[in-house]
Amino acid sequence: MSKEILGTTWTVYDADTLTQAEIYGQVLTDLGKIHTEIVALTADLAKSTKIGKFQDELPERFFNVGIAEQNLFGVAAGMAKSGLLPVVSTMAAFASMRAAEQVRTDICYQNLNVKIIATHAGLSFGSAGSTHHCTEDLSIMRAFPNMTVIVPADGIETANAVRAAIEHEGPVYIRIGRGFEPTYYKTEDYGFEFGKAVKLREGTDITIIACGVAVLQSAEAADFLRENDGISVEVLNMHTIKPIDRDAIINAVKNSRRILTVEEHNTFGGLGSAVAEVIAESGVSCAFEKVGIPDEFSVVGYPEDLYSHYGLDSNGIIDKIRELMGKDFEEDDNWDDEV
Amino acid sequence: MPLSEIEIKELKEKAVKLRKDIVDVTFWAGGAHIGGAMSMVDIITILYNKFMKIDSSNPDLEDRDRFVLSKGHAGVGLAPLLAEKGFFDKEILKTFNQFNSPFGMHLDSLKVRGLDASTGSLGHGLPISLGMALAARIKKLEYKTYCLLGDGEMNEGSNWEAIMAAAHYKVTDLIPIVDFNKQMIDGKVENIMSLDPLADKWIAFGFDVVEVDGHDFNQLNEALEKAHAATEKPVVIIAHTIKGKGIDFMEDQTKWHYGSIDSSVLEKAKTSIEVNS
Repeated sequence: MSKEILGTTWTVYDADTLTQAEIYGQVLTDLGKIHTEIVALTADLAKSTKIGKFQDELPERFFNVGIAEQNLFGVAAGMAKSGLLPVVSTMAAFASMRAAEQVRTDICYQNLNVKIIATHAGLSFGSAGSTHHCTEDLSIMRAFPNMTVIVPADGIETANAVRAAIEHEGPVYIRIGRGFEPTYYKTEDYGFEFGKAVKLREGTDITIIACGVAVLQSAEAADFLRENDGISVEVLNMHTIKPIDRDAIINAVKNSRRILTVEEHNTFGGLGSAVAEVIAESGVSCAFEKVGIPDEFSVVGYPEDLYSHYGLDSNGIIDKIRELMGKDFEEDDNWDDEV
Repeated sequence: MPLSEIEIKELKEKAVKLRKDIVDVTFWAGGAHIGGAMSMVDIITILYNKFMKIDSSNPDLEDRDRFVLSKGHAGVGLAPLLAEKGFFDKEILKTFNQFNSPFGMHLDSLKVRGLDASTGSLGHGLPISLGMALAARIKKLEYKTYCLLGDGEMNEGSNWEAIMAAAHYKVTDLIPIVDFNKQMIDGKVENIMSLDPLADKWIAFGFDVVEVDGHDFNQLNEALEKAHAATEKPVVIIAHTIKGKGIDFMEDQTKWHYGSIDSSVLEKAKTSIEVNS
């Protein structure tokens, strides 16, 4: 696929008036006009997921299969097997759990070119409660061979992720929120690439590795701590959960020897676990903690209140870093005697 | 057009050969879902030899007809047919089920040449087939997608999701066929989870139904021609079959859902196929 399609720059869209989800709806529609093999599918969530934008402009390549997620992903698999490029959008809870087996067996097992845009992930549909929250999907999706798992930080990064997914051969799971999350990026020209973490802040005392909505909160926490506590905080936007950027993690471990992961997901099985695996296998030791949803079903509330409740906002991250900086993970201060 | 006597004779010969091949592969594999493979033999024989436009020298041909074996456990029945159609050498089926073989109980489309979809988990084949048929519409191609369903897997809700959608989209190029052999792993369908009235269920979901004797080539031929001619409502063929068909001691026997055969049973089974043909 040519580079030209990347020319549809973010500046075309108004970051202040389009939500994260609307941006992807627009980008996908633009891509659909160029690539006639793209088809868009949803299960009675055309409006909620914003994939309805595609329906408005390319109705002959849009399919709303009703509230039937197993069929949704099976149909996408059959279309991909016949040379089309299906982009499927529904809520993360249903994409990753109701249709988990179709995603695994129909799509990943046959390594099919299906792109999944899973909306309302994490706690972003706050008042809906645990039935519509999704704090398990990263764990589920990264266990499927052939799957690439992306958690964009905001709408601009979602636009980049959708374009990269269309160019990528094979299944991709892009996890976004409800669409009203504040943006981190001002421009899309920052070198987005699957599998490559983006360094947002330089620092030497501790490294925050974050994804999704936690990226903005982490950057804000880093700025606050630098100014007020004199703590030098490195921040990595780990937008790709699989394949994880091992080099970036190991470099961070060697650089700061303290790692904090922050994610809108169960602390079991998501970003924190993926980072922990790399650290454990590297043989380099460091202080390590995970911030995320504890292993429990989430409470109801507005997303902002839930982020605060679970310590995912900048205040929670600041508190956690102060705690982490105040304790050593071993008896002495000699880092050189570690494995 | 009705089948000629010569066509019927040829189809019968091919079905006999396929049944014997399935017995061989079951023997080599150390065990297989032979009952459900035998019940579908006549259906897939007429599809692959009379109806389907395929080319073994170009298995990825864009406008080829598709066949999805939704009852994926019957892969032991499809594999020797694909070999016979020239997609690979039958000799390789001697590795069936063995370590790192391309062929296992449930066939893998990335490893088996000529196989249109990986199946095995039930209730998956019809949604995939619907996607293939919709792709033909989008790409303005004429191919048909045939999907062979087991009766037991008609319990799966995902099938009914696909049936509802196929009727909604009026996908007449999708032709589902139910191999209604009345048996599932744990016993008779009517005792485990009754499907009756199966035809009425499909009709209520928006399909036209043709019920046939799934071992009668004339009836299968007529039903498939009717399905091909459909323009508004899609047609499902409910094929009444006998599990283990062709081998007298396996026919309608729940225990032969899955079985292994030794060399003495191998000969007995082949003899029975000859006698019954």
